[in-house]
Amino acid sequence: MCGAKQGGLDLKGVDVDKEAVIQGQVLRGEEPVGGAYVRLLDSTGEFTAEVPTSATGHFRFFAAPGSWTLRTLAPKADPVDRQVVAQYGEVAEVAVTV
Amino acid sequence: MSRESALVSADWVEEHKNDAGVVLIEVDEDVSAYDAGHIAGAIKLDWKDDLQDPVRRDFVNKDQFQALLSDRGVKNEDTVVLYGGNNNWFAAYAYWYFKLYGHGDVKLLDGGRKRWELDSRELTDEVVKREATEYKAKDPDLTIRAFRDEVNEAIGVKNLVDVRSPDEYAGRLLAPAHLPQEQAQRAGHIPTAANIPWSKAANDDGTFRADDELKQLYADAGVDFGKDTIAYCRIGERSAHTWFVLHEILGQENVKNYDGSWTEWGSLVGVPVALGDEPGEA
Repeated sequence: MCGAKQGGLDLKGVDVDKEAVIQGQVLRGEEPVGGAYVRLLDSTGEFTAEVPTSATGHFRFFAAPGSWTLRTLAPKADPVDRQVVAQYGEVAEVAVTV
Repeated sequence: MSRESALVSADWVEEHKNDAGVVLIEVDEDVSAYDAGHIAGAIKLDWKDDLQDPVRRDFVNKDQFQALLSDRGVKNEDTVVLYGGNNNWFAAYAYWYFKLYGHGDVKLLDGGRKRWELDSRELTDEVVKREATEYKAKDPDLTIRAFRDEVNEAIGVKNLVDVRSPDEYAGRLLAPAHLPQEQAQRAGHIPTAANIPWSKAANDDGTFRADDELKQLYADAGVDFGKDTIAYCRIGERSAHTWFVLHEILGQENVKNYDGSWTEWGSLVGVPVALGDEPGEA
């Protein structure tokens, strides 16, 4: 889950030493899902941020170090929750399948 | 104001979007969202280029607002229906402008762009051009806008509602987590402010929760409905969402949006700041 992987979002311009980045891609089978909504919930389950996915299904958050939940909403699919740990100096990559 | 007068459903929009006198307007944080696809007939307002003064830290004045709406073909008597991404944050912010400048009939599409997309409803990239009008804005209604001195005097006196996420309130984050965190201002919140994230007022799909749930939410967090209320966030758009809930859906009087919000307060010399999860003392 951790460590930037090939094919992930380009990190140009992002200071990963100072940002606890969580990013990834939403997929339906092998196909990327654009226009899905990924919500970042804190360790108490409270909403912190939300982004729509890009046309290639990608999303990115600049979190604080700690444990988070990603909740993904997509058309014609049930919400999917994924746990993730963020820290400075590392990029947490998450693939979400709906 | 009430839910019935301030909100419309997606079904209502499908039924009335082509009616004469109904103008759909999309307002997004991501200003490219409209160009990729919008509800048929909707025009776009850019929250930054159209709604902010290009030089000063302030939003458009009365003359700029009426020039903008004249150019985009909005009439004073039109029913304006606003919607957008981010659970209607920026649409609620634009709604607050329309009220501030005295537009008669303005509504928000419940759930905004997200609910529309999750329902797989139709979007189009068709360019919309409306004929220019001669829109007349009213003088700003400052009963719904708070400035910093009034906020300072409200500490420990009025309801202050910080609608940012718990991590921003406590000072662990400086901006919503979909934005980079490096900022000039100090972290934390205005002492005595209750932290009631805007998101608690919305369902996951972006629609507003039921009236009784909303009342309970604010009452449980210590909002005294007998007192005046000032809501703030980072730049005033999420707090416009909460202003909408309190003033437009629940019909509370004397609710103001402090649009200077944390980017102003966190940069001011000489004002108190509280850190951590507790409201702090006056």
